[in-house]
Amino acid sequence: MSLLTIFFTLLFYFATATIVIGLAYRIRLYASTPTPLRIPTTPAPISAGGVVRRMFFEVTLFNSLFKSNKWIWLFGWIFHAALLFVLLRHLRYFTDPVWSWVAFIQPLGAYAAFAMVAGLAGLWARRLLVDRVRYISSPSDHFMLALLFGIGLTGLGMKYVAHTDIVALKAFCLGLMYFDWQPMPDDLVLNLHLLLVALLMIVFPFSKLLHAPGVFFSPTRNQIDNPREKRHLPTATSSATKQAG
Amino acid sequence: MAEFDTPTLKPYPEIPSIEIGSMAHSQPYVAKQDIQQKIGFPGELIDDWEQVAIDKMGELVKGSRALRVFLDSCVKCGACTDKCHYYIGTSDPKNMPVARQDLFRSIYRRYYTLAGKYFPGLVGARDMDKGALDEWYSYFHQCSQCRRCSVYCPYGIDTAEISMAAREIMDVVGVGQKYCNEIIGKAQTIGNNLGLPEPALANTLEGLEEDIEDETGVTVRLPLDVKGADILLVTPSADFFAEPHVDGLIGYAKVFHQAGLTWTISSYASEAANFGLFIGSYENMQVLALRIREAALELGVKRIVFGECGHAWRVAYNFMNTLAGPFDFLDSNYPMPQHICEVTYDLLQRNALKMDPSANDDMVLTFHDSCNIARGSRMGDFEGGQFVIPREVIKASCNHFFDMPSDTVREATFCCGGGGGLLTDDLVELRVKGSLPRMEALQQVVDHHGVTHMAAICAICKSQFSKILPYYGFEMDQIVSIHQLVSNAIQLGGEA
Ligand code: HEM
Ligand code: HEM
Ligand code: SF4
Ligand code: SF4
Repeated sequence: MSLLTIFFTLLFYFATATIVIGLAYRIRLYASTPTPLRIPTTPAPISAGGVVRRMFFEVTLFNSLFKSNKWIWLFGWIFHAALLFVLLRHLRYFTDPVWSWVAFIQPLGAYAAFAMVAGLAGLWARRLLVDRVRYISSPSDHFMLALLFGIGLTGLGMKYVAHTDIVALKAFCLGLMYFDWQPMPDDLVLNLHLLLVALLMIVFPFSKLLHAPGVFFSPTRNQIDNPREKRHLPTATSSATKQAG
Repeated sequence: MAEFDTPTLKPYPEIPSIEIGSMAHSQPYVAKQDIQQKIGFPGELIDDWEQVAIDKMGELVKGSRALRVFLDSCVKCGACTDKCHYYIGTSDPKNMPVARQDLFRSIYRRYYTLAGKYFPGLVGARDMDKGALDEWYSYFHQCSQCRRCSVYCPYGIDTAEISMAAREIMDVVGVGQKYCNEIIGKAQTIGNNLGLPEPALANTLEGLEEDIEDETGVTVRLPLDVKGADILLVTPSADFFAEPHVDGLIGYAKVFHQAGLTWTISSYASEAANFGLFIGSYENMQVLALRIREAALELGVKRIVFGECGHAWRVAYNFMNTLAGPFDFLDSNYPMPQHICEVTYDLLQRNALKMDPSANDDMVLTFHDSCNIARGSRMGDFEGGQFVIPREVIKASCNHFFDMPSDTVREATFCCGGGGGLLTDDLVELRVKGSLPRMEALQQVVDHHGVTHMAAICAICKSQFSKILPYYGFEMDQIVSIHQLVSNAIQLGGEA
């Protein structure tokens, strides 16, 4: 096995372990932290079904963001929707035979890459040009955009400029999954793509990318507005549940 | 206090460019030793305060899913940056909600996240030191905890939660705010924010009964500590003396009178306001909530009704049941608690009140949605009732009503500028500047519809507007209580 193969094999196991364990830990933490009081931002749904609907539109359409700022919404939504397509399209490297719906979206996914990069560019432009957003940005915010931008560009590079050996890459990916290690193709653009992807996976559970699980746990969005009908309790064991008076 | 210029009202709202540090000087008076100690906080900045603050921060985050999720999730998208009235009015970028959160988040990152421990520069993490504390004291007292930012954030991040936590941490290390903490002390020992003892209260209520009789010829009672009454009315103590609040109180009395409901005020729990909310103190909030419970038990009432107060209604509606419940000793046919507007609205629906809206024909009205009611609670049994019910009560009381522009009302309402424990003379500059968006919206309906008066259902809003309206060329009495309108319109006499 080449050094390159050993390096990427170990890197991807490490990255996968980090994102999986890191996210699981964080999600457990969110789930187990008490909510002392009822704090939905009103007007809020008064039934559980209503909350499911509210969350669904928040996550799929970025409803609040739409009310808030049309430009951020436009760029942000394009970026995320495209990202979703790109990721789904990538399933073909990990499934054999390729699931039929993954095969079906392949052509669409190709355009998604451009949309993703365009969305990122729009978000980055705002971050650099709007004085308020520039003020609140720290290096890590630029870094995150750069990382995704880099992944997008190297991906597009492989697709349209310097084609890579997809068959060999797929063998490598499947090899990782079934612990039957195969060589990593020696291709600079691909290696760069994968290096950046691994980096993204590693920083995910330590960064603002935690907004992805976080949005589901936000009490201002996921609580039902029924405090008069149902007495809110922080958690089963907390002291505030002691009957007062 | 520094001199300052009142902002000019523009025909169309503008997002200002940032002016770094323009409000860094704005700080409220610090609470003295006795005030602090009375409500269980150290009297002055303690030794080793940095560590105590950091530990307290950890404890708070551990106990609050909201804090935990909010601190992790902000992506710095910037959607909230132009949503805070204090930013719009002052241009200070630290008044942008995300920047205000970052004062807290930067320190949380430094001590509680891997990235902040090892790469502080990369993620903007910062040590807890005197400089940080000083900025906290300035800018966490430039947040009225109005939750407007939380409406617009894609994750619902509520800067109010973070301000409350920051104020609690400051209290715990001995740096409290005089205005809030003094009031909490009074309410806990005397029963109301003004420190009005029972005899003074009795006197005031008697005086009001006489006023009503002089004016209408009808005897309307404002009972105090009457055992066996059906309803305990809990109302902000400003209702007992301040204008236009007191006219609202007279309105509640007339409504109860005409509907034939027996009611009472309690001298033990004569305060609806609960400033424990503003300093993020669960314990202090609970003390006042329990006083109300005890009063209800002692007087043997069947229902609890809250008067016109914004944050009090949030605490009552959302938190009372948790803090001091369950309230199964009350009549379960009525919601616990109930808002006075709900009571009046229900009576109007049943045609139980005789109203003559032309009594208010000398006014053209608009309505200021108070933040804590609009974004922190509800009225009625349907989503958004907190917007509909007060407007219906106004419309039943007057003939001329116009709403302000849609991006300044309902859940998009702008704070009066004085909420969240900032209603103090040492913060006048902030209060005047922070009311800019509301004043611009008011000016628009004045120009287009000839609006003469703005109604509100919050004691803080009413006091704040009385003070700042003149800065913008309005008259201080252009702010009215909703139940003042009801009081004018209701036709007494003839009932049983
Ligand atoms: C449940 C899934 C997710 C939801 C609901 C969500 C939602 C959002 C929203 C509303 C924003 C703010 C607006 C914007 O800038 O686009 C945002 C920003 C961002 N999201 Fe997500 N996201 C999700 C998953 C992800 C994932 C998986 C990634 C990365 C791999 C990601 C990367 C980003 C980045 C980098 C930003 C900041 C963009 C900037 O710098 O302006 N998101 N997300
Ligand atoms: C282990 C994970 C990954 C592998 C093995 C991988 C591999 C590849 C390969 C071989 C291509 C070239 C496709 C072609 O020539 O048709 C590609 C393209 C691309 N990749 Fe990845 N990639 C991975 C993860 C990601 C991630 C996480 C992202 C996004 C955040 C991403 C974004 C892209 C984009 C935008 C393209 C170009 C358009 C496309 O072909 O879909 N990749 N990737
Ligand atoms: S809108 Fe929410 S996520 Fe965006 S910068 Fe403001 S607080 Fe952060
Ligand atoms: S809660 Fe209100 S005052 Fe505080 S930052 Fe948000 S918008 Fe501004």
